[in-house]
Amino acid sequence: MAMISEEHNKEKLGFEETELRLGLPGGGGGIVNGDFGKNTNANGKRGYLETVNLKLNLSLKETEKGENLQKEKNLISCSNNAVKPPTKTQVVGWPPVRSFRKNVMAVQKSNSEEGVGGTATFVKVSMDGAPYLRKVDLNMYKSYQDLYGALGKMFSSFTMGKCDSQGMMDFMNESKLMDLLNGSDFVPTYEDKDGDWMLVGDVPWEMFVGSCKRLRIMKGTEAIGLAPRALEKCKYRS
Amino acid sequence: MAYSFPEEVLEYVFAFLSSDKDRNAVSLVCKSWYEIERWCRRRIFIGNCYAVSPQIVIRRFPEVRAVKIKGKPHFADFNLVPEGWGAYLYPWISAMARSYPWLEEIKLKRMVVTDESLELISKSFKNFKVLVLSSCEGFTTDGLASIAANCRNLRELDLRESEVEDLSGHWLSHFPDNFTSLVSLNMSCLGSEVSFSALERLVSRCPNLKTLRLNRAVPVEKLPSLLRRAPQLVEFGTGAYSAEIQTDIFSNLVEAFSGCKHLKSLSGFWDVVPAYLPAMYNVCSRITSLNLSYATVQSPDLVELISQCPNLKCLWVLDYIEDAGLKALSSYCKDLQELRVFPSDPYGAEPNVSLTEQGLVTVSAGCPKLQSVLYFCRQMSNAALIAIARNRPNFIRFRLCIIEPQAPDYLTLEPLDTGFGAIVENCKELRRLSLSGLLTDRVFEYIGTHAKKLEMLSIAFAGDSDLGLHHVLSGCESLRKLEIRDCPFGHKALLANAAKLETMRSLWMSSCSVSYGACKLLGQKMPRLNVEVIDERGSPNSRPETCPVEKLYVYRTVAGPRVDKPDFVWTMDEDAALRLS
Repeated sequence: MAMISEEHNKEKLGFEETELRLGLPGGGGGIVNGDFGKNTNANGKRGYLETVNLKLNLSLKETEKGENLQKEKNLISCSNNAVKPPTKTQVVGWPPVRSFRKNVMAVQKSNSEEGVGGTATFVKVSMDGAPYLRKVDLNMYKSYQDLYGALGKMFSSFTMGKCDSQGMMDFMNESKLMDLLNGSDFVPTYEDKDGDWMLVGDVPWEMFVGSCKRLRIMKGTEAIGLAPRALEKCKYRS
Repeated sequence: MAYSFPEEVLEYVFAFLSSDKDRNAVSLVCKSWYEIERWCRRRIFIGNCYAVSPQIVIRRFPEVRAVKIKGKPHFADFNLVPEGWGAYLYPWISAMARSYPWLEEIKLKRMVVTDESLELISKSFKNFKVLVLSSCEGFTTDGLASIAANCRNLRELDLRESEVEDLSGHWLSHFPDNFTSLVSLNMSCLGSEVSFSALERLVSRCPNLKTLRLNRAVPVEKLPSLLRRAPQLVEFGTGAYSAEIQTDIFSNLVEAFSGCKHLKSLSGFWDVVPAYLPAMYNVCSRITSLNLSYATVQSPDLVELISQCPNLKCLWVLDYIEDAGLKALSSYCKDLQELRVFPSDPYGAEPNVSLTEQGLVTVSAGCPKLQSVLYFCRQMSNAALIAIARNRPNFIRFRLCIIEPQAPDYLTLEPLDTGFGAIVENCKELRRLSLSGLLTDRVFEYIGTHAKKLEMLSIAFAGDSDLGLHHVLSGCESLRKLEIRDCPFGHKALLANAAKLETMRSLWMSSCSVSYGACKLLGQKMPRLNVEVIDERGSPNSRPETCPVEKLYVYRTVAGPRVDKPDFVWTMDEDAALRLS
């Protein structure tokens, strides 16, 4: 483990004054001379563990032992937090552009182009009886099935009506719809661009993403009033 | 020998102290100075609403006239803080309504504000003058209607970038006919249309109106009417700046703008049609601030506009400006102090514009007063960063976002450690830094060594080990806010530097490797910190102690653990903290 070079000491970087000797192999890189040098492989991990004076004298030996033991175990519910190479579509909040700005740009783009692919569409999700709202980015999902899955995770007592194989609720069948709405299940509804409240699932997924302003997961009994309008709108559209 | 001035004299002298730092220093001199100072402090800044309680503030400072409160952590801007996390305004208003009847100003950032709060504000403070809601949410236009209707002495209503549930534009019509005190109105974040005639009448009867930022729903052909009624305007934000080009609209605009001899700042420009930009040319020579960050205009048109603004100090623009436009900027705008370049297509796989590191190098070379930069781009090199650092040692804010996480120096494929190292070494007054690109622990060594005035640091997808975090926590003497996401930092540096956390406002770590056990330990050992674990997977007790937490937010506080936590937030060692307080 190399000690800090003399040049650094002359520059009074103050390492002497601390109790810590954090020597990096490779001689420190010569910042002082303006020669930034090559980036050596930081073996900092080893050096650090040996030299750091844990000022609070907090003993981590138990946890380190525990770590070794746990590595053997299968940590099912514990995700691997090593930095995965991120792909753009997966990373939440990156690049760090504010939703306010993203939504504005998305609207402008969709005014000038066909696709809105890749931008984010955040909508608020509320559930009757839940004390707080959630937000979802509809562009993260490819189908109603995906969305229901995510909503289900978010609101654990959330139960959904069935979807047919195309991922659209079969509400053209009035009796099925009535069964659903008469049950105590929760029903997802959304407010569209016209300000109308609709049952989720009545239009193709892409159309839904483009027109959904807000989601509300209602109790089935409360959503009954929506059914006739939803059916009407659909009949009107088709 | 004790010299003592009469209290009145001391109070008179203290009134000249505006900075909180000075007032805090004064109040430490002796008990009587503490007492005198606390009775005459009129302005309070609360950087973290959970660091203190309304009751503590009111008890110490009984005669406050202006409060500024910040709520959620900065990364809430990028959806990293789940909804329902907190930062509710209501408890503050409810307490202040009783104790500060003469409150005049409320300025908030990232707080949850309800219509109930707004109504309470409008009815509790008879001399209420200034309401600034920056990046707030939770209220509707009904709340705005209460403010408009009841605040007879209102001067400033600024909703910058807040998320407002827009029920209708009718709120504006609630300003009474005899209301004339408006100085500043920023409604740019609202969607729906307000009654234009109500707006015209409001503008006409408020002779002191200096700032008017319209929303997108106001079309360009209506602008002349407003500008003619407010030739004294200093700051103006257009609505949508698009229409089919019609000569009469254009000439009306030219005439209206030329009547505004005091305009210094322009913004808005949604959907801008480039042909309408020249209508502003005769005010450009006085313009010092230009926000074109919603204007999807190409580089040549931007250059045309910018070339008319030799006094420009602040420019916000989209990357449509390209390297060529930035070159023009650097030659025309020698007074430039702040530049922000936003990405027009942040999620596109391929660059859609020709904006590279070169643009930033050119501006840093050509603009001697440039001190604040926010720059989104897709490639960067150490050579460019070193050049920028040498060109511009006077940076105080340097925020660089290379869009691809962990992108290396595109010329050498090396990490960007030495480039950012040059920034912190040369820019000795640097107060804020955001890093991006491929970075090892080495960059943090540079930062810890050189960035002695750094107050805020943002880190993402960087570093190799706890050594990196240790460099920052042990070296950055002025550090107040540290926010980290997706870095391989565990608990070692955190625990070794636990005492440092009490000297800072807050620390945010998400998608790192800090174990639950370590969080508990930190919470136990540091009773004056709130160590909050945010985890939407359910209670951390249901997982092994070594399992990393999703998100960690640590902040110093004199108010103890907070009582309004949602079910996905846990305060570590809450019981012990309550016993000690």
